[in-house]
Amino acid sequence: MAKKLLDLRGLSCPQPVFETKKAVEDPSFEELEVLVDTKTSVENIQRLLSRMAGVTHAVEEGEDFKVIISRT
Amino acid sequence: MGFFKKHWKIILCGTFIGIVATLLQKFGNPANMGVCVACFERDIAGALGFHRATVVQYLRPEIFAFVLGSFASSLLFKEFKPRGGSLPLVRFFLGFFAMLGALVFLGCPWRALLRLAGGDWNAIAALVGLVVGVFIGVQFIKGGYNLGRSYPAYKFPGLLMPLMMLGLLLLLIIKPVVPGGVPFFSQKGPGSQHAPIIISFIIAFFIGIFAQRTRFCTMGAVRDIILMRDFHLASGVISLLAFAFLSNLALGQFKPGFFNQPVAHTNQIWTFFGMVLSGLAYALAGGCPGRQLFLSGEGDIDAGVFVIGMIVGAGFAHNFATAASPAGVGPWSPIAVVAGLFFCIATGLFMRKKIA
Repeated sequence: MAKKLLDLRGLSCPQPVFETKKAVEDPSFEELEVLVDTKTSVENIQRLLSRMAGVTHAVEEGEDFKVIISRT
Repeated sequence: MGFFKKHWKIILCGTFIGIVATLLQKFGNPANMGVCVACFERDIAGALGFHRATVVQYLRPEIFAFVLGSFASSLLFKEFKPRGGSLPLVRFFLGFFAMLGALVFLGCPWRALLRLAGGDWNAIAALVGLVVGVFIGVQFIKGGYNLGRSYPAYKFPGLLMPLMMLGLLLLLIIKPVVPGGVPFFSQKGPGSQHAPIIISFIIAFFIGIFAQRTRFCTMGAVRDIILMRDFHLASGVISLLAFAFLSNLALGQFKPGFFNQPVAHTNQIWTFFGMVLSGLAYALAGGCPGRQLFLSGEGDIDAGVFVIGMIVGAGFAHNFATAASPAGVGPWSPIAVVAGLFFCIATGLFMRKKIA
């Protein structure tokens, strides 16, 4: 499946990390770009990914944050 | 060891809060109430004349310092980000009813931990209630509940909560003479028991900094275990409990039992249900009362609305006798809890939207 984009900016805890978890656990997951607006959400997503096997990610920092997640 | 390496910041934050909370009791704060966000906001509501329970009126500098510490930290680390607009009125009522529940038990989750660490076994029913409340909230979250997005806001509204706290701090320091007698300060009871202002402020300012950095949250600790099997926040909460207990032992403040506990009653049923209500409200709002203060310091206007809701709720709770006291629950406590549960369940059921 092609790259999927999730815009989770402005959502309260735990929605950003929970929606990311659902998307990464989806069988169709190949590559995912997640947009969040707080460092807290980035940390939560990174902590989630650190407990998952077979995924890698990078973070782009600007006005908001973009977490790019893909299969290893 | 790997666990500690990964979570040392939040563990140290919990350790710090646990130790300094018990020290604040030594310095003059009420027993098993070194820091309690709900109780202290209630005292502030009383000092401002929003309720007339004369034993619980004081402008608690800890609350002001939490917000100002978080504000300073978020500026320093470039995380101050004014944002708002995620159903503020719903958040107001979540705060309002969270406070009604907290005042039936007599404490927020922080105080539940401190009460347990001081040997007050009535706190067990409260913590079980918290877990049940958060569990219900997690079911709503799994079912798609959310309050929608907040949006970037002007800088000025993001400064309002820190400015309000600064103003209240000035009220405490200046103690102006106002016709009618406000601000009120208790002459007896828990409201009259407090550490020196400067000690309270400095300690709580550091709690504000550490908690802003680590995102310390008692509700989140329970929620993340249930929802994600993530023990990160829980490691901080458990260290708070453990070190408050050890510190109480060292300070001679550990007094185990159910009866004659400070600022507590023994009605297990309404302790439990009060905390179910609070726990559910915190879960739906995305943070415990402490976390809402820290968020409001870093520019989260909606969290500020939740805080105001709690302060208004405290005024209501004492005026309408829904608040408990050491004599037991109030005549209207059960009605308040049931009404709050109805509100929270309706909120959880009727506010679902597919996000992504």
